[in-house]
Amino acid sequence: MSAPFGQLPRWVDYGLLPFINLVVAFLVSGLVVLFIGASPLEAINYMVTGALGSGEGLGFTLYYATSFIFTGLSVAVAFHCGLFNIGGEGQVYVGGLGVALVALALDRIMPWYVTAPLAAAAGFAFGAAWALVPAWLQAKRGSHIVITTIMFNFIAASLMVYLLVNVMKQPGSMSPQTRLFESGALLPRLGFLFSPLGLDLGTAPLNVSFFLALASGFLVWVLVWRTRFGYEIRTIGANPTAAAYAGIRYGRTVVITMLISGGLAGLMALNVLLGDHGKLQIEFPSGAGFVGIAVALMGRSHPVGIVLAAILFGILYQGGAELAFWVPNITREMIVLIQGLVILFAGALEYMFRPALVRLFAPRGAAVLRPA
Amino acid sequence: MDLFDTLLIPVLASTLRLSVPLIFTALAGLYAERSGVFDIGLEGKMLFGAFAAATAAAYTGSAWAGLGAAILTSVLISLLHGFASITQRGNQIISGVAINFIASGLTVLLGNAWFGQGGRTPQLPNTARFTEITLPFVDQIRPIPVIGPIYASVISGHNLLVYLALLAVPFTWWVLFRTRFGLRLRAVGENPGAVDTAGVSVAWLRYRALICGGILGGFAGTYLSIAQSAAFIREMSAGKGYIALAALVFAKWKPVNVLGACLLFGLLDAVSIQMQGKRLPVIGEVPVQFIQALPYVLTVILLAGFIGKAIPPKAGGVPYVKER
Repeated sequence: MSAPFGQLPRWVDYGLLPFINLVVAFLVSGLVVLFIGASPLEAINYMVTGALGSGEGLGFTLYYATSFIFTGLSVAVAFHCGLFNIGGEGQVYVGGLGVALVALALDRIMPWYVTAPLAAAAGFAFGAAWALVPAWLQAKRGSHIVITTIMFNFIAASLMVYLLVNVMKQPGSMSPQTRLFESGALLPRLGFLFSPLGLDLGTAPLNVSFFLALASGFLVWVLVWRTRFGYEIRTIGANPTAAAYAGIRYGRTVVITMLISGGLAGLMALNVLLGDHGKLQIEFPSGAGFVGIAVALMGRSHPVGIVLAAILFGILYQGGAELAFWVPNITREMIVLIQGLVILFAGALEYMFRPALVRLFAPRGAAVLRPA
Repeated sequence: MDLFDTLLIPVLASTLRLSVPLIFTALAGLYAERSGVFDIGLEGKMLFGAFAAATAAAYTGSAWAGLGAAILTSVLISLLHGFASITQRGNQIISGVAINFIASGLTVLLGNAWFGQGGRTPQLPNTARFTEITLPFVDQIRPIPVIGPIYASVISGHNLLVYLALLAVPFTWWVLFRTRFGLRLRAVGENPGAVDTAGVSVAWLRYRALICGGILGGFAGTYLSIAQSAAFIREMSAGKGYIALAALVFAKWKPVNVLGACLLFGLLDAVSIQMQGKRLPVIGEVPVQFIQALPYVLTVILLAGFIGKAIPPKAGGVPYVKER
């Protein structure tokens, strides 16, 4: 992504600027709420209480956050290499196929702690495989990865509908979904961790894949900032020509980066299928692949930022559901709108307020660079 | 002859009907991308257009007011895209993604607040829609074999927007390849520096290209909500903006090819509707999902360089920074 110009203290660049963008996105959302005749303050109240006010709300918030950490990391890894992987949705979907195949094969004969790692590996592998063709086309044929990953989202949707309707559907069932997984493929929920704190998670599906998400975040940090390969990724992202001069192999790096990105997206299926649904069903990713874009943008592609942004989006999802339930004029689409505004202000208009901040905070005496 | 009347004619007629939103939208993308601005937000433009058309038609009872509102809304969205990607030099793809999200959220939210039907707009009477037009001499020509049924059932009997879509293709070709504006528009997509050196504003040219795309996006939305159907339904664009994007790539960014690609993708859509649950001789039952995925698969194969080579405008996706 394009490098910013003008010197700013790090806390302004990585703290204040994203914060301002976020506030503007929320202000605009508030205006929309006002426009359709509801009270923004009341709306915020419903959202925050709904998402954080009870053990169950918190459990759902963190459950959603788990999914968004995976997809956010997926988008971020590709961002570092200058690639826009918009195909997270399809990679999650196909990753779900891998997870479900392992679960269906082992759930009756193995305990969950054997099934889950294998399912995770399969989810990663299937998600990565779905990113392989777009990656290869970008690396070798120069076709734009944005276009190809969009195409692969739709191809994945058709493929999965076909498989679920014609191949994997439980005989005798009307709806296109697999049979329910049995206990050998269901992840333990985390209610026991919260009960000593006096919080009852109730039916919230928060499960052990939350820890896998955090671990993935740490591993992504190690990969991107502490390994030679990560250095190559970031070099290509910053300047492909310079990377070529430095002897970094473009094709190889792009393909491996996209495999990691697709794999991280595929891991999300573990949280949803084995942690909550207990089956593979049509359209289970329900947009989480796209939320990853907003999360990565807001988290500035850094794992810490991504975890925080994912929790914020978890609050939005859980709180938004409560909001839609209580306020008649507001539907669940409020979340989609807020998401769009966050992507707009934190992503596309990310540097809109920067010149003003440069004027305020630029170190005295330092030349203020203008975009050259 | 029986197969001709019961299968071929209906499929061809529905091909044309299904291609129209793709043609408008792909042409909208053509203007934007030929000027060097990627436009992933076509889907959102179409959706906003459809919602504006249905809402305005519901309040005024006039299809033309609907069309006007759709064009206005879609142009405003294009200007937002332009502000983010031309003026602020933001990432064009991110801006497009944002627009798609805002469209699918805001249309349902506003629709629900205004009409209280869960995001639907009220059912429109025929007077507030673009309805089917019967071309002249249909009755005289119908008895002629082959040509007769084709004229009467495939060419005649569509609404005005269908014919406008077909006219928009040669018009776009003329604008892009026979006018000064079109020459500059294509130049700015290939080498904005050269256009700037010639003393022409790159930003203003790209804004104008986006406005052209906005107008066409308004037509596409209008067609969906008040010509093809009689109300706005949530998510009614249903991925057509992305298929149009695929058609644009498939057409290698050329107007006449756009018509061909959109008709091909429309045909696939029409066939997949016809094929539902039917068996073909020799092959057996072809899964509907396979035909539905075919436009995307074909586009990927094209991008892989197996059917010719699709070369996008050279400056596409790169914000222009004037030299200082």
